[in-house]
Amino acid sequence: MVETFYEVLRRQGITRRSFLKFCSLTATSLGLGSAYAPRIAHALETKPRTPVIWLHGLECTCCSESFIRSAHPLTKDVVLSMLSLDYDDTLMAAAGHQAEAIIEEVKKKYKGNYIVAVEGNPPLNEDGMFCIHGGRPFVEVLKETVADAKAVIAWGACASWGCVQAAKPNPTRATPVHQVITDKPIVKVPGCPPIAEVMTGVVTYMLTFDRLPELDRQGRPKMFYGQRIHDKCYRRPHFDAGQFVEQWDDESARRGYCLYKMGCKGPTTYNACSTTRWNEGVSFPIQSGHGCIGCSEDGFWDKGSFYDRLTNIKEFGIEANADKVGGTAAAVAGAAVAAHAAVSALMRAKSGVQQKSEVK
Amino acid sequence: MSQDMSTVTGVDDSAVAHAASLKSIYVYEAPVRAWHWINALCIVVLSASGYLIGSPPWTIAGEASENFVFGYIRFAHFAAGYVLAVGLLVRVYWAFVGNHHARELFSVPLLTGAYWRELFSMLKWYMFLRPYPNRYVGHNPLARLSMVFLFLVTVVFMIATGFAMYGEGAQAGHWSHSMFTSWLLPLFGNSQNLHTWHHVGMWLIILFVIVHVYAAIREDIMGRQSMISTMISGFRMFKE
Repeated sequence: MVETFYEVLRRQGITRRSFLKFCSLTATSLGLGSAYAPRIAHALETKPRTPVIWLHGLECTCCSESFIRSAHPLTKDVVLSMLSLDYDDTLMAAAGHQAEAIIEEVKKKYKGNYIVAVEGNPPLNEDGMFCIHGGRPFVEVLKETVADAKAVIAWGACASWGCVQAAKPNPTRATPVHQVITDKPIVKVPGCPPIAEVMTGVVTYMLTFDRLPELDRQGRPKMFYGQRIHDKCYRRPHFDAGQFVEQWDDESARRGYCLYKMGCKGPTTYNACSTTRWNEGVSFPIQSGHGCIGCSEDGFWDKGSFYDRLTNIKEFGIEANADKVGGTAAAVAGAAVAAHAAVSALMRAKSGVQQKSEVK
Repeated sequence: MSQDMSTVTGVDDSAVAHAASLKSIYVYEAPVRAWHWINALCIVVLSASGYLIGSPPWTIAGEASENFVFGYIRFAHFAAGYVLAVGLLVRVYWAFVGNHHARELFSVPLLTGAYWRELFSMLKWYMFLRPYPNRYVGHNPLARLSMVFLFLVTVVFMIATGFAMYGEGAQAGHWSHSMFTSWLLPLFGNSQNLHTWHHVGMWLIILFVIVHVYAAIREDIMGRQSMISTMISGFRMFKE
């Protein structure tokens, strides 16, 4: 039986007196009448916590590593108090058949009422044999588990876009979750890994309000992916001033100028790094002196070097960036025009000579 | 007396009396001409500022709050972009109310055989296979082709992708975000692709400008009608 919030609070040593004080305080601070205090208490006493099944596909576990470092809220509070993380083969104590049985149990008991969080993605080549979960292809386990779920969370760039295993030529045909699961609402939380507080924030929102956060057209929560790194970057004044780092060890780098010319992908990357930062808000890549590599963007492994802001154009059998291609084309056109002008002038001079001789 | 003084005053009525008279037709109305030159100026400003935004050549020393160089360059780019976009809208309006030459920028009669014959005759002229071209009142068929498929299509593409990137900065709620960013960003996959193709578009327009300026000067000298002065006065003069 899944505990209610009240039972969890009691287990953590909070007295009933403190619990009721919390309920009246909450009602008051929300501007609700005194009649609402018992209703809040009743809800917390009876509402079961939402069960979550956390599946691992083709991935590197960096999402889990990030998740367990969340500071606000603390991961232990999320896992032990807020949600009922019934299955996560990395974090759970159970193993083997005992563990796998939990998935079946949750599916039956909470039909249509549990959340599946997917870390990594299913490879589809060779009937999914590149990723085996409990003796079966992961893609089958994923489809089965999601069949009765309320919603799906796609953790990280792998589940959201495909990430490194889906980079060209993608030998295992690693496929993002939304291309395999098409009949359930999916929240994408991209990043390699996503920020810990963004992960716990999304989970907290879904549990508190019992609905999906508002998503953009690509399925990402607007509250965390509505702005670019660039829009909230603390080095933005140097960008507007025209103060750029030219080399990793130059004076501008020491002064903390803008990393735009070093290929920082902050202007093209939607994420919350420059707002929430990492490791309890200690720092984020740009603050540490390195440009953003755009890890939360679709196909970031196939966009060329981490230090180029323009993607190389590989069509037509060439490989160069747009400015080199365009500059070459303009030079060729200029030369062609000059040659054409020269021939035109020659022809004109020749016909002029002919006309004169005809007159004579 | 007057004949002798003509070298001094430039007044030479007898020379005028014996001069050949040229036929002229009023082709480009004032709004079309004004649009052409405003548009040309915008393209120069947009290309220069756009290139600098993509590859800033310098680093400014001093306090960040005392400098706004990159901000001004971006402002110039955005302002010129707005003027270009509004200019094109006015130009579309003029295509409806102006004379039939004002509509040549927006359509190519690809389904008409006569158009193709003239197109090939113009190609032959550029390949030195014809001693002289035909006389064209409006755009010649080759010019019309490049106007629509090289200039117009690219400029519309640049306005759409440009405002899509502008909307990224202006963010959700701004009209440019609702009208362009919201569907172009998912279409291109991510913002970096959008930037890359916006660069490609700039080079296409630069290619167009090279060909356009060359063709206009060459036709003015070697063709059978005026070109450059026509875009200033509106009158096309035929030399014979």
